[in-house]
Amino acid sequence: MTEPQPAAVITIAGLTVLYGRQRALDGVTASFPPGAVGLLGPNGAGKSTLLKTLLGFLAPRSGAMTVLGFDVATSPAEIRARLGYMPEIDAHIPGMNAVSFVAYCGELAGLPAVDAVQRAHEVLYYVGLGEARYRNVETYSTGMKQRIKLAQALVHDPDLLFLDEPTNGMDPKGREEMLDLIRDLAHRKGMNLILSSHLLPDVEYTCDHVVVLHQAKVAAQGPIAELKGPRGSVYEVRIKGDRDGFRSLLREAGFTAHPGEEDVMRVFVPGEAGAHALFELAARRGVQVRHLRPSLPSLEDVFAQAVGEE
Amino acid sequence: MPIHDQSYRRYAGVRTPPGRSWTVIASAGIKAMLAKRKFLGLLIVAWLPFVVRAVQLYLAANFPQMSVISPSPGTFRQFLDQQGVFTFFITIFTGAGLISNDLRANALQIYLSKPVGRLEYVAGKFTVLAFFLLLVTWLPATLLLFVQVVFAGSVAFVAANLYLLPAILIATCVETTVVALVMLALSSLSKSARFVGVMYAGVFFFTAALHGVVQAATRESGFCWMSLRASLQNVGDLIFRVPPRSDTPAWGAALALAATVAASAWILERRVRGVEVVT
Repeated sequence: MTEPQPAAVITIAGLTVLYGRQRALDGVTASFPPGAVGLLGPNGAGKSTLLKTLLGFLAPRSGAMTVLGFDVATSPAEIRARLGYMPEIDAHIPGMNAVSFVAYCGELAGLPAVDAVQRAHEVLYYVGLGEARYRNVETYSTGMKQRIKLAQALVHDPDLLFLDEPTNGMDPKGREEMLDLIRDLAHRKGMNLILSSHLLPDVEYTCDHVVVLHQAKVAAQGPIAELKGPRGSVYEVRIKGDRDGFRSLLREAGFTAHPGEEDVMRVFVPGEAGAHALFELAARRGVQVRHLRPSLPSLEDVFAQAVGEE
Repeated sequence: MPIHDQSYRRYAGVRTPPGRSWTVIASAGIKAMLAKRKFLGLLIVAWLPFVVRAVQLYLAANFPQMSVISPSPGTFRQFLDQQGVFTFFITIFTGAGLISNDLRANALQIYLSKPVGRLEYVAGKFTVLAFFLLLVTWLPATLLLFVQVVFAGSVAFVAANLYLLPAILIATCVETTVVALVMLALSSLSKSARFVGVMYAGVFFFTAALHGVVQAATRESGFCWMSLRASLQNVGDLIFRVPPRSDTPAWGAALALAATVAASAWILERRVRGVEVVT
């Protein structure tokens, strides 16, 4: 009999985590649906803390969490048996080559020794380390270390994958390949994953849902398409005149503006106000609108609006 | 377009239920140590006293004029005392890097993200060190008893000293437990295995020196609880029913060892975590 797939792979209710007096997470309530979910936020927002708390590394001050239907407080081993974790920092078992390391991780996760070695070879080929699999992990480059961390997280075929800043330190080509792997896992292999990142394009490329953390709290959450959708419109605007004054006026009017390429700013206009409101504000401030073009809302706009950045 | 996607396949085989991963850690650690030639050399040297004692037992059993070297319960106690030097080096060689190397490579996050509890992790590492310590203490001492029976052609000595078999087991287990936990605790305090080795030697010799100074100053031998080695010797003497080497009551030495074990367990509880939180 197969176990029923829960509606949400992770549920968090009122989670508070303290580092001394510092609130790393403050009453976080969120739900992570199946599929690929981006955990987005600036550095220090609490993303890694949330993952480590879900893994049981940190004890929360208050709140309740379930992962894959299991209570984190009472069933940590059951959860970790079905979960793969790719840590943010460089991490490996010292003194092993890639095959030994990944197979060892498979055995630790409960795979028989023979199966673990077979899976290690398969997974190392999948992440692109097939040719380097007999090299000592300590001799790997930063990009290769990112890949081996993904391999050890995948070897036991988890139902849920935690990826903490998986593209850190990778060159553009390696980053692209890593994102393709993550996208493949989520969309073609049916794996649930949480991608923690401060890089908006990474999340937008690989994920369907997003949870935005800001200053230890949830700032926004939901399907990316929905968050980018009907709540307003985005314009690319270039003006001549008092730029700072105009941006202040936009802020006062409840609009969000953040710099784009060159001197073009992206302005999020909430509701149905549209471009007309922008012209009105420009006229009021006495600046010339030299360029105005409707744009598709991006995750960057959602993020900027959620965290209140300009 | 590929006919069959072989890039990543789901795993449909069996899985071991959580709770047995300490055996994986232990066997991997033991294999890793046995792959080191220098360590194998040390193990071989550590068995030389066994060969010497076996010759002694052979001579005592087969040449009446050699009765002066006939075995007594003290012989086995002395043998374990002599193995102390190998215990010291094997503890440093095997134990110093057990946790510190994992700390250096941030491996604890890997271990503890698998279905491996902190207790299981420590149990696995403990087993690695305990295996090699018992390999040079309990195993040769027990084998010596059997060698004595074989060379003497009678079980008279063993029958007259039946307590020796459990005494060897208990004494070596006590020593192994204390020494291994102290080393694991020290290993969890640093990312440098060399520094851990120095720390262990420091603890071992500093406490012995302190004990020596106090003993010389007070001219009393009731302070063996200050020294790890002296406490182990004191408790060992009690287990082997030989006269104690100091005036410290056995319960005092046992209490000191229990406190050492408790302190080591406390350090391990604080240090073996998936994440290091600095507040």
